[in-house]
Amino acid sequence: MNPRYLPLTATIAIFLIAYAVCIAQYPNMLSTRVIGNLLTDNAFLGIAAVGMTFVILSGGIDLSIGAVIAFTGVLLAVLLQSTAIHPLAAFVLALAVTTAFGALMGAIIHHLEMPPFIVTLAGMFLARGMAFVLSIDSIPIKHPFYATLKSVYYKLPGGGRITLIGGLMLLVFAAGILIAHRTRFGANIYALGGGTATARLMGVPIGRTTVMIYALSGFLAGLSGIVFSLYTSAGYSLATVGVELDAIAAVVIGGTLLTGGSGFVAGTLVGILIQGLIQTYITFDGSLSSWWTKILIGLLLFAFILLQKGLILATDRRRRHA
Amino acid sequence: MQPASSYILSATGIDKIFPGAKALNRVDFSLRRGEVHALLGENGAGKSTLVKCLTGAYRRDGGRILVDGADVDPQSTLEAQNLGIGTVYQEVNLLSNLTVAENLFLGRQPKRFGLVDAREMNRRARALLAEYDLDIDVTAELAAYSVAVQQVVAIARAVDLSGKVLILDEPTASLDTHEVAMLFRIVRRLKERGLGIVFITHFLEQVYAISDRITVLRNGQLVGTRETADLPRRDLIAMMLGRELVQEVAGEHGAKGEAGPVRFRFRGFGRKGHIQPFDLDVGAGEVVGIAGLLGSGRTETAEILFGAERADSGTAERDGRTLDLSSPRAAIREKFGFCPEDRKVDGIVGDLSVRENIALALQARRGWARPISRGEQDRLADHYIKALDIRTSDREKPIKLLSGGNQQKAILARWLATNPDFLILDEPTRGIDVGAHAEIIRLIESLCEKGMSLIVISSELEELVAYSSRVIVLRDRAHVAELTGSAVTTDGIVEAIAASAGRADP
Repeated sequence: MNPRYLPLTATIAIFLIAYAVCIAQYPNMLSTRVIGNLLTDNAFLGIAAVGMTFVILSGGIDLSIGAVIAFTGVLLAVLLQSTAIHPLAAFVLALAVTTAFGALMGAIIHHLEMPPFIVTLAGMFLARGMAFVLSIDSIPIKHPFYATLKSVYYKLPGGGRITLIGGLMLLVFAAGILIAHRTRFGANIYALGGGTATARLMGVPIGRTTVMIYALSGFLAGLSGIVFSLYTSAGYSLATVGVELDAIAAVVIGGTLLTGGSGFVAGTLVGILIQGLIQTYITFDGSLSSWWTKILIGLLLFAFILLQKGLILATDRRRRHA
Repeated sequence: MQPASSYILSATGIDKIFPGAKALNRVDFSLRRGEVHALLGENGAGKSTLVKCLTGAYRRDGGRILVDGADVDPQSTLEAQNLGIGTVYQEVNLLSNLTVAENLFLGRQPKRFGLVDAREMNRRARALLAEYDLDIDVTAELAAYSVAVQQVVAIARAVDLSGKVLILDEPTASLDTHEVAMLFRIVRRLKERGLGIVFITHFLEQVYAISDRITVLRNGQLVGTRETADLPRRDLIAMMLGRELVQEVAGEHGAKGEAGPVRFRFRGFGRKGHIQPFDLDVGAGEVVGIAGLLGSGRTETAEILFGAERADSGTAERDGRTLDLSSPRAAIREKFGFCPEDRKVDGIVGDLSVRENIALALQARRGWARPISRGEQDRLADHYIKALDIRTSDREKPIKLLSGGNQQKAILARWLATNPDFLILDEPTRGIDVGAHAEIIRLIESLCEKGMSLIVISSELEELVAYSSRVIVLRDRAHVAELTGSAVTTDGIVEAIAASAGRADP
């Protein structure tokens, strides 16, 4: 088998085995309800993680997305509370702001040759701070349009529901896969991850691609913020702290190389599902502390980093003997 | 069309100035249709600078470049590509994490309904590589293939994109004989198609095997362009290493003192894949020169003597006592010192002051638990700034602001401060101006008068002749000849290199 598919295969295998173990212990977990909830509960994280996948594939990192999600939620809540603007218009406005925010970070990273870690860390503080400026309190969203959106779902056989936001996440993943593998922009992202200097020599427009990557990540963080506000019906500036780290974990567990250039958007979906599955298991068990989620995720991450390192070493050795 | 149009590319009077150094000085270079033109010169001669000016990676500071008789001024590699100039580098030219097909078509993938048509792309990639007799799985990652295959893919891409001029920058450096033969078949085929091919290498056998004409650069200046058939190997080496100054320095020959008794004795010292085992004796107050072409094992010899690369065979002795040279730390403890070739990378710490740079090696030898007091450091720095005439406004100036020659002297001061008995200098005069040249040479002579044992590696043969009592000649990572006494002349060295270079190697 082509070694580039190995991490993805490993992720899928781990998910299937874990799910089988869960079902063996709690047969009720084999239901479309659980699957529907898995999608709904992790929709905002999944959407943001697609953006993170692109950023990491290009060799960068985006620490701002948790803060941007919270900012979007507060912005929507404040707009809907104090103006008569329709939620759809508010969505467009929020997406425009977060996309521009991402593009700005990308431009700084490229033109000032700053490490993405620092630039997006600053972006994180800025977005979180802006959320606090808008409101310190948790603001409920009571617009009737929200109720309408939340009532939209597709009923699966067996009683499970694919909600609007769960379905949206799947659509975003489908679009992400298309962008990664069937567009020149996608090829350029992988090229950047393979090495900026070489990519430049090969004629990849480094600047434009970098700006577009972070703009896309900002857009998806904004979309994730909208989904999160639908999910919680509120906007709160202290929400989604550390979500960027969950997203990074999902990306890495999904088999994407943290140094960039190798990985799959589809893997991130499986990474999200594994995280969701662990949480569901703990809910079913009832007696376990929710911190077990973090511990298991930590162990999984560590295992995947070892796997990647092993793969890189194996590839090097193979090439030397070739 | 102008009469000059038999040349597909012609560059005249190219200047390139870097801060503190003139990298290219009025260099002319022209390339005919359907010729393989070798571009030769030692490290720092200006080959890569010239290539970068041609490919738009650098902006030239003066001169004209004509492609097909039309003035061009490429500002990026992309623009040069569109003008018809493609380049293949020794390495890092393609993305090993992408598939072969993606590498060939990055940025110009065939599209269908607005999306990349992977099937069509793979089909075209296979067709393109078939022209080069390469039948490989184009959907596999590039990393899965050998360097030779990657090199062919890179050539296929460059030719497909540009199609007039192909610049091959040391393409054979990591290929074996069989792979080189395959590469040369491809080069000959491209030549028949009328491409102009610039071939950069330091393997002289390959130059004679494939090139039609040869241009030699030295110290950023054009030495000359000749037909390969009319240029004997010996003359070529002389052009590359230069010997115009032979008469000037010959007079100093007698100045060299009598070598003392053998102090350092190396027997069968070597490391597999690095440098073949060699024997070397160095007396007190003796300067042993090391000569050879680029890649012959000069720097490898220095690294192994200093423990930067650990020897896997042989012994080192000092006055009969076995030396531990397993690491640079151990070597420093044995009172060894080493000024490496590329001082910007291996030598200076640019942001630290002159004082700190000078104190560095001494501090390293004493260990962090016994810091050198500030007063001591100041005294050391002042002493060497005066003794070596390091031109700096004061000792606290960041060393990166000094000129190349003064940086070199500061590095030398760093090792002198440790009071070494055995000092290795790798290209001590590279990239510094003529005045500083002479000072460094004087310094080397005075050190040896004080009884220090020196090993000096240089591609400036006149210099070697001026201060060495013996010269070791290297070729193909082995010590092949030793010249002593009156045999130490530039002609003698050139002869020794040429004689040994006659043996075929890829």
